[in-house]
Amino acid sequence: MALFSKLFSKLRGGSPSSADWEEIERSLIESDLGATNSAEIIALAKKVKADEIEQSVSEALTGWLSRAPRSLASHPERITTVLVVGVNGTGKTTSSAKLVSLLKSQNRKIVLGAADTFRAAAIEQLQTWGERLDVPVVAGVANGDPASVAFDAATKAKGDGADYLIIDTAGRLHTKSGLMDELGKVRRVIEKVTPVDEVLLVVDATTGQNGIAQAKTFIESVAVTGLILTKMDGSAKGGIALAIERETGLPVKFVGTGEGAGDFAPFDSTAYVNGLTQS
Amino acid sequence: MFDSLSAKFASAFTSLRGRGRIKASDLDEILGEIRAALLDSDVAISVADGFIARIKDRVSPTLDEINKSTNPSQSIFTVVNEELVAILGGSARRIRLAKKPPTVILLTGLQGAGKTTLAGKLAKYLKDQGNTPLLIASDLQRPNAVTQLQVVGKSVGVPVFAPEAGNGVGDPVRVAKDGLKFAEDKLHNIVIVDTAGRLGIDAEMMQQVIRIRDAVSPDEILFVVDAMIGQDAVRTAQAFNEGVGFDAVVLTKLDGDARGGAALSITEITGKPIMFASTGEKLGDFDLFYPDRMASRILGLGDVQTLAEQAKNAFDGDAAEKLEKKFASGEDFTLDDFLEQLQAMKKMGSMTKLLGMLPGANSGAMKKQIDSFDDAELVRTQAIVQSMTPAERSNTNLLNGSRRARIAQGSGRQVSEVNSLVERFTGAQKMMKAMRSGKGMPGGMQLPPGMALPGGMPNMGAPSPKIAPPKKKSRSGNPAKRAVEES
Ligand SMILES: Nc1nc2c(ncn2[C@@H]2O[C@H](COP(=O)(O)OP(=O)(O)O)[C@@H](O)[C@H]2O)c(=O)[nH]1
Ligand SMILES: [Mg+2]
Repeated sequence: MALFSKLFSKLRGGSPSSADWEEIERSLIESDLGATNSAEIIALAKKVKADEIEQSVSEALTGWLSRAPRSLASHPERITTVLVVGVNGTGKTTSSAKLVSLLKSQNRKIVLGAADTFRAAAIEQLQTWGERLDVPVVAGVANGDPASVAFDAATKAKGDGADYLIIDTAGRLHTKSGLMDELGKVRRVIEKVTPVDEVLLVVDATTGQNGIAQAKTFIESVAVTGLILTKMDGSAKGGIALAIERETGLPVKFVGTGEGAGDFAPFDSTAYVNGLTQS
Repeated sequence: MFDSLSAKFASAFTSLRGRGRIKASDLDEILGEIRAALLDSDVAISVADGFIARIKDRVSPTLDEINKSTNPSQSIFTVVNEELVAILGGSARRIRLAKKPPTVILLTGLQGAGKTTLAGKLAKYLKDQGNTPLLIASDLQRPNAVTQLQVVGKSVGVPVFAPEAGNGVGDPVRVAKDGLKFAEDKLHNIVIVDTAGRLGIDAEMMQQVIRIRDAVSPDEILFVVDAMIGQDAVRTAQAFNEGVGFDAVVLTKLDGDARGGAALSITEITGKPIMFASTGEKLGDFDLFYPDRMASRILGLGDVQTLAEQAKNAFDGDAAEKLEKKFASGEDFTLDDFLEQLQAMKKMGSMTKLLGMLPGANSGAMKKQIDSFDDAELVRTQAIVQSMTPAERSNTNLLNGSRRARIAQGSGRQVSEVNSLVERFTGAQKMMKAMRSGKGMPGGMQLPPGMALPGGMPNMGAPSPKIAPPKKKSRSGNPAKRAVEES
């Protein structure tokens, strides 16, 4: 385990100095875990013997992970519907495509719904992915009603006997209540046709403490079922995801690691926690 | 969580105020709280530590003097604010136009930062100032980034140079170079080059943007960064600064509620100024960056500007227009109008959240008031008004005892609640009348009648909580106030 490896191997030799503690605190905070969470970890670690610090930190972090299942919902007898939501630019459209790619490799039949009718060329972006992945995309017109696109997509998915319906939505800041209400409407309209099984909140790994407010508000508005943590190929550690898991109990289900359709994997908690403490 | 910075600042200064004389040990405690608050606001830890050390250096030697001043805590607060503004705006400046046109502006940043939208906003802003910008579509990576720029360019009426459709095909360096040539031929005085998002640690992609840079020799390289970014802001800003290099920063998505501590980190670490703020998805949602406004936001003095904008959004549209017309034509403000206003307020989002943006919202007294203000109150009020007949709504004089009892029953509320609503409404109506007769409006934002704004915040020259500073050219968010402005 690479837990601040240099520092910890030094610690095993004797009791840590205040500079050592500062260094541990610094690494934790720099992962975007949050100052309060980091202080809590330090307080726990200070209670154990020097050679147990490494394990204590790692256990505490692991203990904060959500215990909810991390697998994607699956209803073999009907369409499984996934709504992809989040603030602007986090990677919703790309993640929708990645999800398609993953499910296609499992021989699932998929329909994509382009419910981002707002951002310029968002529809075309999803259509390009649809062509690349050879999956039908149900789209409306630019600036049209996203709920009606979602409804059409659900109707088509049902008619086609698809296994999965994945709906990409427009980015919206959680502070805009009108747009949050719109998302609720999208959900309700789909549910006239078929149940919504997953609402995945896409969170960018570079996000700071604002991620908590994002998660809470999206949960309130559309009953989020899990997270997709994107851009984990960058220099950000994505500690905000653990802070969100701890605060809300929602699990990260997938991790995005690039701009290609294949740069996507189920969340691996061991690798994630290791990454957090790697300095 | 996100508002704990302001809560902590507020509590730190409340405790300072309560103490009168400030001892050296008090100062350490307070600085510790401020540090924790800065971290919650996503200021990079190294920057927060440097900041705190600087405050301490400035304040400690003069503590005796400060304690002699009439308001010691105020003096410390002034130092904190000054330091913040100094870092945020120490080297503020505007776009430099090249001596020999075209001026070349290159946009760069992480994926999803908002570069393409910003390109459109910047083009509009420059065009509105009489320039003839050209947009160049050098993001050939992200699917349909080129289409997006074309749509954006069209809606702001700025031509887009886009010889390649993108989607992973084509050479962005060549496009940039040809675009510049095209601009020279067609006498555009500014070009804005949109590039693909890239990671700071992606060496290959960093080389690509360096090649674009070398092909067009930009006058300004703008680093576009999302205001919601956390601690990684430092690593990323450093990587871009050492890679392609940049001259100034644009902060995007400032219309959210992120505290934007990254602003502090980036300016401090790179020494580069923040030039613009992007504050919404509409192409006009673009503004110069105001260091004092940002400092207020980070210090928890409330973001009056955002509040005003949200109010404006909510009041925009039919309801506002109708009300405005009515007001101008001298008609009475009725309960129906009142209800519409309440609904607009509901649209603005949770009242509590909104009020939280006001200066001092996290100081003790205000916080209590906010916490006790119930969003459900709006719903209840609405229920009461909706239980009235149209005649009653337009003439409250009809509301005798038996009618009030009927309304109470219809809405499932107490008669006393009906009474108090009518009373508050009559007050609001009087105010409207007074305003029309030129006596002036007591405040900009219309709070629900009965909600008083607290005072008692340290006065840092921040805008008065009651008066939302009107944006240039934009009309007041408050229909009534707007009518006054325009009359
Ligand atoms: N490096 C990296 N870039 C990503 C990842 N996911 C998405 N992106 C990029 O982030 C930008 C925004 O993605 P997009 O899907 O359009 O975001 P949306 O606005 O939320 O739909 C695009 O440039 C994507 O290629 C990821 O996991 N890693
Ligand atoms: Mg999208």
